[in-house]
Parts: sequence; structure tokens; C-alpha cells
Amino acid sequence: MKENPLSFQLKLKPEDFLPATEEEKQSQVIMRESVGFWKDGLRRLRKNKVAMVSLVVIILVMIFSFIVPSFYPYTYKEQIKGANNLAPMEYSQEEQARIDAGESVFPHIFGTDKMGRDYAIRVMMGSRISLLVGLIATAIILVIGSAYGSIAAFFGGTVDLVMMRIVDIIYTIPDILLIVLLSFTLKAPLTSLGENVPGFHWVNVVGENLISIFIVFALLYWVGMARMVRSQVLMLKESEYVTAARALGVGNGRIIKKHLLTNCIGTLIVTTTLQIPSSIFTESFLSFLGLGVAVPLPSLGSLASDAINGMQTYPYLLFIPALLISLIILSFNLLGDGLRDAFDPKLKN
Amino acid sequence: MSEHLIEIEHLRQYFPAGGFGKHKKFVRAVEDVSFYIDKGETLGLVGESGCGKTTTGRAMLRLYEPTGGRFTFDGDVIFDVEKKQYADMLPYRKRMQIVFQDPYASLDPRMTVGDIVGEAIDVHKLAANKEERFEQIIHILERVGLNSEHANRYPHEFSGGQRQRVGIARALAVHPEFIVCDEPISALDVSIQAQVINMFEDLQEQMGLTYLFIAHDLSAVKHISNRIGVMYLGRMVELADSYELVDRPLHPYTKSLISAIPIADPKQARASQRIVLEGDVPSPLNPPSGCAFRTRCPYADERCAAEVPEWKEVEKGHFSACHHIDKCN
Amino acid sequence: MAEYLVDIKNERLSFFTPAGEVKALNDVSIRLKEGEVLGIVGESGSGKSVTAYSLMGLTAHPGKLLGGELQFNGHEIEHMTEKEMRKIRGNEISIIFQDPMTSLNPVYTIGNQITEVIKLHTDKDSAQAKARAKELLELVGINEPDKRLKQYPHELSGGMRQRVMIAIALACEPKLLIADEPTTALDVTIQAQILELMMELKDKLGMAIIMITHDLGVVASMCERIAVMYAGRIVEYGTADDIFYNPKHQYTKGLIRSIPRLDTKEHERLIPIEGTPVDLLNPPAGCPFAPRCDAAMKICLREMPPVTNFGDVHYTKCWLSQKEEFEKGASHE
Repeated sequence: MKENPLSFQLKLKPEDFLPATEEEKQSQVIMRESVGFWKDGLRRLRKNKVAMVSLVVIILVMIFSFIVPSFYPYTYKEQIKGANNLAPMEYSQEEQARIDAGESVFPHIFGTDKMGRDYAIRVMMGSRISLLVGLIATAIILVIGSAYGSIAAFFGGTVDLVMMRIVDIIYTIPDILLIVLLSFTLKAPLTSLGENVPGFHWVNVVGENLISIFIVFALLYWVGMARMVRSQVLMLKESEYVTAARALGVGNGRIIKKHLLTNCIGTLIVTTTLQIPSSIFTESFLSFLGLGVAVPLPSLGSLASDAINGMQTYPYLLFIPALLISLIILSFNLLGDGLRDAFDPKLKN
Repeated sequence: MSEHLIEIEHLRQYFPAGGFGKHKKFVRAVEDVSFYIDKGETLGLVGESGCGKTTTGRAMLRLYEPTGGRFTFDGDVIFDVEKKQYADMLPYRKRMQIVFQDPYASLDPRMTVGDIVGEAIDVHKLAANKEERFEQIIHILERVGLNSEHANRYPHEFSGGQRQRVGIARALAVHPEFIVCDEPISALDVSIQAQVINMFEDLQEQMGLTYLFIAHDLSAVKHISNRIGVMYLGRMVELADSYELVDRPLHPYTKSLISAIPIADPKQARASQRIVLEGDVPSPLNPPSGCAFRTRCPYADERCAAEVPEWKEVEKGHFSACHHIDKCN
Repeated sequence: MAEYLVDIKNERLSFFTPAGEVKALNDVSIRLKEGEVLGIVGESGSGKSVTAYSLMGLTAHPGKLLGGELQFNGHEIEHMTEKEMRKIRGNEISIIFQDPMTSLNPVYTIGNQITEVIKLHTDKDSAQAKARAKELLELVGINEPDKRLKQYPHELSGGMRQRVMIAIALACEPKLLIADEPTTALDVTIQAQILELMMELKDKLGMAIIMITHDLGVVASMCERIAVMYAGRIVEYGTADDIFYNPKHQYTKGLIRSIPRLDTKEHERLIPIEGTPVDLLNPPAGCPFAPRCDAAMKICLREMPPVTNFGDVHYTKCWLSQKEEFEKGASHE
């Protein structure tokens, strides 16, 4: 192990060998910058290009569907005379005449449908409905699923056994069948509710189909979330810091609030984000089958469904909503993946 | 009767391990363990994994429902299973505390160090207002060699030794009299272990604490304890003054345990003759009849298989449970 | 044939994590002759496992070898492809891990896992491989080998599983066995069994062993050579007697002092090494141990100490030893 120490020795001076002070020693120890859970997670998320692009896409779609319609010169119900089945950027004869007369007419960016409604605004409203359904349905799933799952896990034993068997049974119910059955049975009572009870007029606008979709989400689709939350809470419940809290005399309520829920949040965010696209997908799929929103309210699924008939002649009427569904679902999925990488504690260095 | 701070008599702790009704199986984690600890004393508890030492410590804090036995703390009955007496634990949680083995798993990753220590203060309402709470937290952190700068940081920013200090600070926050130290140094690096052991000693001196010090490393336990109990498969096999136990062990298991420890001295290590035990520890689900150690004991005979050896005071203050104490010494 | 079985020269290795470069190994040199036992001691994160794994070409992502030469049995490890490495691994060089539970595949029988390794590296047929597997189990002291071959890992105890791991590692009679904390997960009485077995096998088969551990007790009883590592550097290297009876580096001294001893007659306070371990993301500029060293000098905080040799084997990297030489040199002038 001969190494030449001469190059070092040449530079040495006796004062180099004086004892170092405590301050000098401590100056060498640098404590890393303090980072909390949220800050750390967001920092990771920001570094994830795919997730950030997805987030931007989602925000753009939201602006497009929630804000732009308020300023848009057409409405989704308005049927423009003589403007049936226009191609994108095409004007009807009447509109052309007005333009020639010097008036300015807002173009039909995506053309019009067979009833002469501006297609761009219909697509915007359609994505608004699809997003709303996705978000509301996910909120229902989140609330029911996480409450059910955490109760089952926290109390354990027989409570857990019974509650999870109920979940198993719910898994076996065919969802499409239930939606069809519900929309048939609910049709009469809901219509009369909307017509006769003041304040419930919105029921008829939304349509009994959509309400039965929500009911089905509330009845059936939370089971996956419940299972996930249960396994998470079961794991956390056995962790040593919960035992430590018990040894300190901390009560059940505080343990759930301070230790179990806060440590679940990362997983909940990820699962919720990944649940949104699947809710949107289910809604679009059901609307496509004609089980979704009531006319004239559009959703991306019903728009695609309507466009099927004229697919040969007006393919853009199908492509635009179909593309938008794919874009929304893909963005939410990619964002969910990014969130998982950022917030899932298991992947932490 | 209550000259001892801690008194455990015939503690039993079983856990269900599947099966129904008559065929229900149990893991006998702790079987008939008795000991006492005086005020200001440290009792060490050693044994291999699965011997029930951790369970004993946790059962004392009523983190499990005890299966049998009686435990008195400072004259008060904490539990007496035969008489069905169970104390309300909340006031005692302030007097008895625990420090865990794994400094990574025992701190909530989403709480700052200040809040981890402060939780105990909140639960027992030890502080009148926020300033007082903060003052108390800083005071305790300084006691364990941390400072106010550390209070707003999260556990993952600390090294193992520092985290263990936070765990100790949490236990100290309620000003307990008795602390169960559940393998507090096993997960730490060698150079850090000595820091933590010294801190335990200093705190004991300053605050008059009583410890139950659980570990598998006999040299560390011997260093900190006044007396040591050795456990094997849920039973206590020997208990004596710590120097006495290491110098003149009576039970054959204690002997082999001592001889199995690698000595950090090459010449002594080359010279020493190890008693290497054959075989493995039997499963606590299905322990051997009679003396639990007989399957690995060089002195075992029919009697060991037939009768459980009696726990008796062989010499003053030196307890052991073995049929052949005369033969093996 | 090279003089040394293992000859690592000035190895540098870094992990490129999202938070920055972690310099896991800095200028690490190790030499080992055939049949020698080398102990590498150090705290977690000191780079002791990384050194051994890099010798097997098993550096985990995102680790990268940045420099140095790694020679093993005439092979130049740093220039070898993964395919060439695979021929050496398990054949000339084997490893046993800390946790015998996770390093055995739970869905295959013990027999399956041993014969697979034998068939991979030799041209034995199934029957011959099975006979060899039985022989190996007997070698590592497992009774009723026929029965054990048909069992699954979860049916065996921790000590038994570690014996099986050793049997697999020895299947091709390697020249070098790397033992990465082989007894840390085991109980003291089982640890004694395994250590005894390893020494027996070493005498019988004449292989070299690199023993990675944090337990000075284990190296004292087993190893001829000891390397003490701190923050990715070997701070002291020597024979077992050099390290234990004549330690030169402040870290080695502190480490030996801080161990509680079983043979004390009265209560003595332990002498710990104060401070916290190095954050490898923000290592100090000079000697990594300087912030915790009670004899630290001004130069220690600025410059990495060079090697000081004591005899053929024993060397350290500490400015204190340099200071002695410097003063000697000054008095001569």
C-alpha cells in the first residue's frame, strides 16, 4: 500500500496540526434542508414531466369546459336554422349573407350537428358533464369507501368479518343490469318528483338515468376503495407509533385522526385520482349505450353515440368527443401515476 | 407487601393462533413469569427472539389483555386476572412508559418531532397554553441532547441515533417513574449504542427512573442493569445480580448464552472454548413437555421431560429453574 | 497466476440519486490472498457491502463505478460484460446474505434450489446434482438431508435456512465466499453455530472469505485481516492484532472503546463516539471522521489524510499519524 505522501507533505505547516475548535468541527456538519411531506411530494411531482404535462392538459380541459362556455356566443340547446350538419369553420347560407352584409359571425369551429346546434359548445358542455359526473361519483366513492374501510379495519374481529363479507357480496352484483333496472323503476317516481315538488326541477333536467348512475356508484363502486383503505389502515394500526400512542394513553378518536388518517392521505390522493378516469369512462360508456344523461344535455359518451349514425359522412363528429375522452382519461391516469411516485411512502429513498 | 415498585406474579400471555372451539391453538408467549423491580433499579431481560421478553414488557403496559397473573405498580393493582381486577390505565400511562426498538417504525412519519413529543403533553393536559407546551417540548428535547432547531423537523431527516433520542423524549414527556426499554439499542450502530446507553444512565440518575431493559445483547444489558433475568421460550430460567449471573451462571442455557457471545478481543477469542448449543429453539406453538430447554440441554433426562422445573431461590437473590443445578455446576 | 486472489485498487463508486451524488466508495483498495479471511467492519452506510457487491459486478442502480481496478482471480471485473460475470458468479465467487428468509425463493423446495445452481455451473445430470446436493447439506451439518431436500424454505428455522444458503454458495467450491452480515438476523446461540461452521468449512475447502459485519466480536474471532471503513473509505487496515491491540485511527480506537465488555468487574461508564454519522450527500471537505473526532486538527477539516504505513500490512489514513512523521522530519532538519 505505498502511496506517495510527498505532494501533501510539501504544503504542510506546523499550524496545520493545531487542534480544531468545536465550532470549526460543527461547521462541517450540514443538516439537510427541512422538507415536510407535502413540500417533498410536490417537489417530486414537479420533477415528473409526464405528470406535469397531464396536469396542464387537465387544467386546459377544465377551462375549456367550465369557463369558456360562459363567454361563448352559442348555447348547447340553440338550434340554428339552416345550419344543419355544417363542416368545421363552414357557415350556413343565412350566416354567409350576414357576413356579406358586414356583420361579424362567430365561426362554428367544429361545425354543427344534424339539428343545427354548434358542435364546439356541445363538446364543451359534454366534457363538463363528463368531468362533473367523474368528480361527483369519485367523491361519493371516496366518502363511502374510506369510511367503510377504515371502520372495518379499526374495529377488526367480527365487525371486520361481517363488513368485508358484505363487500364480497356486492362485488358479485352485475352493475349494468342494476343500472337498467334502476332507471326503469326510478323513472316514474323521479319524474313526478321533478314535476310536483318545488325545488326538485333539476331532477328532470339531469334525467333519471344519470341519477340512477350516481345511485349505482354509491351502491356498488365504493367496494374497491373500501378494500384498499381497509388494508392500509390494518397495516398502520399495527405500526409501532400507534402502539406508542396507545402506551401514552391517546384515545381512539385521536389515533384515527392524527395517526391513521394522516398516514392514509397519500394513498387516498393517488387512488382518488385514479378513480376519476374510471368513473368518467363508466359514464361515457353508459351514455354511449343510451343509459346516461337526458337529452338535450350532452355528455361525451352520448355525443359519440349520436355521431355513430353519420360516421361515414361526418367522421369528425365522432372523433372529437372520442379523442377528448381518451385525452381526459389518459391525463388523469398519468397524473395518478405521478402522484403515486411522489406521495407513496413505500417508494421513498 | 409493596416495598417493590414493580411486582409481577405468574404472568401469562397467550395469543390465539387459529383453530376454533376445542381445537383453538395458542402461542404461549409468556408462561408463569414472576419478578420484582425496586425503585431506581434496572432489571435487564435477555433471551433469543421469540422468548417472550418483549411480550412481557408490553403486557405490563396493558398493550395486550393479560391471560393470567397479577401486576402491582407502587402498591396499586394494575391487573389481577384471577380476581378480575383491572385498573383504569389512563393515570398510569403517565407513570409507566415505553421506548421501542425500531426508531424508524416507532415515529409517525407525518408528525414533526415537536408534535411527537407534544402529543403526550396534550393527552395528559400537562401544559396550560401553547407557550408552555413549546417550552416543555424544548426542555425535554434538550434533556436527550437535541435542541429547538430539531422540533420542526420530520423523523426521516434524522439519523437512527437521533430518532431513538426522539423516542426517548416522547416517553419522558409525561415524567414517568418507570420505563420499559424494549430493545432500544438493537437497531443502532455500535458507535451510537454507547451514546444511548450513557444517556439512559444519566436520565436514571437525574430523574430517579426505574427501567426494565430488554435486549438480546447480554454485554449491553449487563452494563446497564443491576439484575438480569434470562428468558427461554416464554419462561424465566434464571434471575440474579448482573455480575453474579455473568460470573457464576447456574442454568445451562445461561451458560451457553454467555459462551456464545463473540468476544471483541482476538487473543481471548482464540483461547476461549465455546459451548455451542445444538439445534434450534422449538416453536412456542408446540413447546416441549416439562423443561422447555431440555431439547437442547446436554444434561436433560426423563425427569426434565416429565416435570416443569420449579422456580426457586437457589442462593440469596439468585433464582433459577432447573432440575440439575447440582449436576451442571 | 496473480499474487493476490482479490486486488482492488483505488475503487471509486457513486450512487446518483434524485437528491444528488452519494459518494459510496472513495479510493478503496483491498488485497486478499487465497484462503485468507478478511473482515470489513463499519457502520451502516460506510460502504462495506457496496465494496463486496461491486466485486461481484452486482452494483445496484443508480450506482456507477467511477474509477479504479478490480481484479479477482486473474479476471478484470471492471471490464467484464454481464454475461462473462454470470459465469464467475456462483462458481468462483459466491455470496451469502444477511436475511436467509428473503434470499431463498419460497415457492421452490430446498433441493430444487441447490440442484439448479449445480446444474447451471457444471455438466452434472439431475441424479448427480441431487447426490451432490445431499453431500452439500451433510457438509453444512444438516441432518436427514433426504427429507430436507423436499422441504420448502418456510419449513426451516432461520439457522437452518442460513445453512442452506451456505450450501448453495459452496455448490461449486468457490475460491472466494462473501458473507454479508451472515449472522446479524440470527440469535446468539445460532450465530455461534454458523460462525463455527464457516470456520470449519474454510479449513476443509481452503476458500478465502470476505466477512462483512458491524460486530467487532465476530471479526475478532474469525478474521486474519481487518479493514475498518468509515463513510466510503478504508480508514485503517491491518491484522486482527494490529487493529485490536495497536489501533492507529481515532475511529478504530473509539469503536473498540465503545463496546460494552462482558468481563468488567465493576461498573465503568462507556466511552461513546459523540456526534452523528456522516451524511454522504453532504460529506465534509476533509477527513469524514473529523467532525466526530476529539483529536481533530485544522488540517483534518481541510484535506483528506494520506496513507501512513506501519509495517507491511498495517496502514491508516489519519493526520495524527502524519503529524508524528512530520514532527520526526522537522527534528531531523
